[in-house]
Amino acid sequence: MDSLARAIVNRLQGGFPLSERPFAEAAKALGTDEATLIAKLEAMLDEGTLTRFGPMYDVEKMGGAFTLCAMSVPQADFERVAALVNAHAEVAHNYARDHRYNLWFVVAASSRAQIAPLLSTIEAETGYPVLDLPREQEYFIELRLVA
Amino acid sequence: MNALDERIVRATQAGLPLVPETWRAVAEAAGVTQAQLFARIEAMLNDGRIRRIGAVPNHYKLGYTANGMSVWDVADDAVDKLGAKVGALPFVTHCYRRPRRLPQWRYNLFAMVHGKSRAETDAHVEEIRALLAPALRAHDVLYSTRILKKTGLRLA
Repeated sequence: MDSLARAIVNRLQGGFPLSERPFAEAAKALGTDEATLIAKLEAMLDEGTLTRFGPMYDVEKMGGAFTLCAMSVPQADFERVAALVNAHAEVAHNYARDHRYNLWFVVAASSRAQIAPLLSTIEAETGYPVLDLPREQEYFIELRLVA
Repeated sequence: MNALDERIVRATQAGLPLVPETWRAVAEAAGVTQAQLFARIEAMLNDGRIRRIGAVPNHYKLGYTANGMSVWDVADDAVDKLGAKVGALPFVTHCYRRPRRLPQWRYNLFAMVHGKSRAETDAHVEEIRALLAPALRAHDVLYSTRILKKTGLRLA
């Protein structure tokens, strides 16, 4: 990773200005120019070093309801259950984890009232109980990963 | 969310156009003036609907390949104060309080911990353990072994 890429990761995860020529302004702060910064961001997005460049929305605050769910599934039945869970459009992320609770997924719905019936459906389809672990409080994240 | 904000979210959720007058392009796509756009975005920054505006790095490409979900059983009267300290650690990207589900699930504090090796992540977990020690009853770390689905949370 070159010094400009490093500077972008370390100093441009936030604070992108609301102005006529924001890339020019951000570039100046990073010691480069507008065209170089834009080209670098394009390259970093293409190679996958950055997943996005833009506003990062807090989807929960935008409205809607979310929860983190966990299931404990025997290995022999794991693929079947994962496929049944994934088939629901409301399931946004799903991870296998090395724990007795080995299936962890996030459910997004337009309201909290829709979550309970969905989890009941998943329990009925799979035959295993679902732990419903909605976030009650977020602790402010001040610092971020550095390159 | 009002219709104007929704148009702005839709015009920007995949990322800003990489052109010099990027906000002007967003305003045109959303059908608003640039001044209206700035006012709405400032409002969303102020109320937390927008966390920040900038580069979103890919953990894995930065070398953070050992990512563990650490879970902690912390005394209820101490969890908020200590949770804020955990959230402020540089290697923690998400930190939440969640309900216990007894007897199956005793952990009420979740912190995603990132490291460039399992050893580095384990050292970070140890740092959190020391910080929580006075109010800590038990903890565990769950490493992901496979991504089964990842569609992202987006407006349809």
